[in-house]
Amino acid sequence: MDELLTTAAGLWLAVVASGLYHGVNPGMGWPLAVSAALFEGQRAALWRALAALGAGHLAAMLAILLPFAAMYVLIDYQIEIRIGAALVVIAMGVYLAVNRRHPRFLSRVKPTRLALWSFLAALAHGAALMLVPIYLGLCKLDELDMGHRAAADLMGQNAGIALAVALLHTAAMVAGGGAVAFAVHHYLGLKFLSKSWFNLDLVWALSLIAVGAIALWTAL
Amino acid sequence: MNLRPDPTFYPSPKIAMEAPAETLAFTLMLSPDGSQPDGLAVVNVDPASDSYGKIVASLLMPNKGDEFHHFGWNACSSALSPLTGHAFLERRYLIVPGIRSSRIYVIDVKDPLDPKMHKIIEPEEVFAKTGYSRPHTIHCGPEGIYVSTLGGGGEDGTDGPPGIFIMDCETFDILGRYEMDRGNQDKHYDFWWNLPRDYMVSSEWGLPPQFENGIVPEDLLSNKYGHTIHFWDLRARTVTKSIDLGENHQMALEIRPAHDPVKEYGFCGVVVDTTNLQGAIFTWWRDENGEWQAKKTITIDPQPADPDDLPELLKGFGAVPPLVTDIDLSLDDKYLYVACWGQGEMHQYDVSDPMNPVLAGKVEIGGIVKKTKHPNGKEFGYGPQMVEISRDGKRVYWTNSLYSTWDDQFYPGDRGAAMVMAKVGENGGLELDPDFWVEFPDGYRSHQIRLEGGDCSTDSFCYPSV
Repeated sequence: MDELLTTAAGLWLAVVASGLYHGVNPGMGWPLAVSAALFEGQRAALWRALAALGAGHLAAMLAILLPFAAMYVLIDYQIEIRIGAALVVIAMGVYLAVNRRHPRFLSRVKPTRLALWSFLAALAHGAALMLVPIYLGLCKLDELDMGHRAAADLMGQNAGIALAVALLHTAAMVAGGGAVAFAVHHYLGLKFLSKSWFNLDLVWALSLIAVGAIALWTAL
Repeated sequence: MNLRPDPTFYPSPKIAMEAPAETLAFTLMLSPDGSQPDGLAVVNVDPASDSYGKIVASLLMPNKGDEFHHFGWNACSSALSPLTGHAFLERRYLIVPGIRSSRIYVIDVKDPLDPKMHKIIEPEEVFAKTGYSRPHTIHCGPEGIYVSTLGGGGEDGTDGPPGIFIMDCETFDILGRYEMDRGNQDKHYDFWWNLPRDYMVSSEWGLPPQFENGIVPEDLLSNKYGHTIHFWDLRARTVTKSIDLGENHQMALEIRPAHDPVKEYGFCGVVVDTTNLQGAIFTWWRDENGEWQAKKTITIDPQPADPDDLPELLKGFGAVPPLVTDIDLSLDDKYLYVACWGQGEMHQYDVSDPMNPVLAGKVEIGGIVKKTKHPNGKEFGYGPQMVEISRDGKRVYWTNSLYSTWDDQFYPGDRGAAMVMAKVGENGGLELDPDFWVEFPDGYRSHQIRLEGGDCSTDSFCYPSV
């Protein structure tokens, strides 16, 4: 356990695992890919929709991770930043656990704007936030390896890690969601949609709290 | 909140058709003179049951004079929308508006044999939060429950146009008006939509002074009732096009889009053409340029009649108009049912080609002149009115009252509530079930029917039927 949370391999694994988790969650959009393929009567539409969903998800990851990449340059405050990030993630989880209502603004997005929808959904449900503690963990390990360096250098390095985390996570998310969407469209049929859709609202909120709590524990 | 989607939410119309048949129906009862409270009747429609065709439970309201008309569910198959998914709601509450009182009841039918009052929204709250009055049609859509209204503000409902407001689908709080830009829409009746295609279509009846105390013959003959349908950008909440069906096409009422969201067409029923007393159905569709179009595809002729057999209102015409007051489309988008309330006929059209409907079946029952009896020998009272089709398309239910004051003009005297059912043949055709006849309590009339687990005028589907 300890190794999984503090080694680079363990953290990168967490990046991939969270991507798969987000991907198979219907709330992150795979049913939209199935719907697109059915509407257009061709499988290609499924991949196009998935690409749009992936683009939105990636943008949301970067929108959250990059500010942390910039902040993390403040070497003297790294512990505080990591504690702060962990608390924000926990707070988001608690908020989602207590307030189980769905954000109405998502209903106002046009069905044709999948990337925007995916971006907003990832932000609203805290999907991007879930990555922050994992990302900061990777930055810290990197830091230990390289020793002290110039701020600009460090920032580039941090941004690079952020990009890698976001890309890998999104790739896993697209793979997970794509696999489910493909299976439903090709083999399982629409009935699977209503049979397999579990209410993950509470599990999701608890995952955020868990990720935040682990981050807090490793930061202290 | 459920852990799994409600089993009565269906991704596509096709899957809904394959679901188990309904065993219960909910029918609204109204007291035409307001002497008794209006109510909800739960009717057993399971042919295997001893109580087949009987009212097995009912709930009377704590107020009088509401005048029940249409109603709907708190949640339907639209909860499976991939975009606004709210899959863990329960189809559990009936939202029942009073169109005379503007009061809204939320009735819990989790145990359908013991319906309970869950919440009452008083008229003052509707007025204050929306500026609208006389709530009517209910559909579940993006952001909550949409409620159309027939009246604007003020005592007689003419202070500003009527429109649609949205209610929260969990707390049933009124959230506010829907419209951002209503164009020239100044009357309202029905509305429905295609959720994934992001459009809505709405229709027009008339303003409250034109219907509350009965039909106003001068207004009808001068074509002052609604005759325009409006096409909306659903999420932008703006009218993108209004099509005037022609001012002689008085009262464009029910909007029935194809259930399969791939299709971009639907139907609208017109009560009466004032130039020839015909009833009409228009087909509306989006053409290859993305423009909305509408064309008359069904006409139903008036039937000559002896003026002595006609009510005061129709004596001068020497004919009985069909009066197309309700239409309903089967879930496979194949059959359109058209209620001819004046003549006492229920028509079944094959609309596989929506531009060329073909009459496939017909049932005669009731009617101003014909007064056809039910096969069981009983008087049907008025004419076929609110029609509802089972999900599998095999059974068609209907009641007989239009609207208290209009009933009295076209069918003077109290003639009792009725609810009947007809079976659909393998290749079309329609035949009344002689064994299905619902007895309602004295002094009541019957209006809209909702079937357990959804029916052909409640659920909006988000995935194609392929």
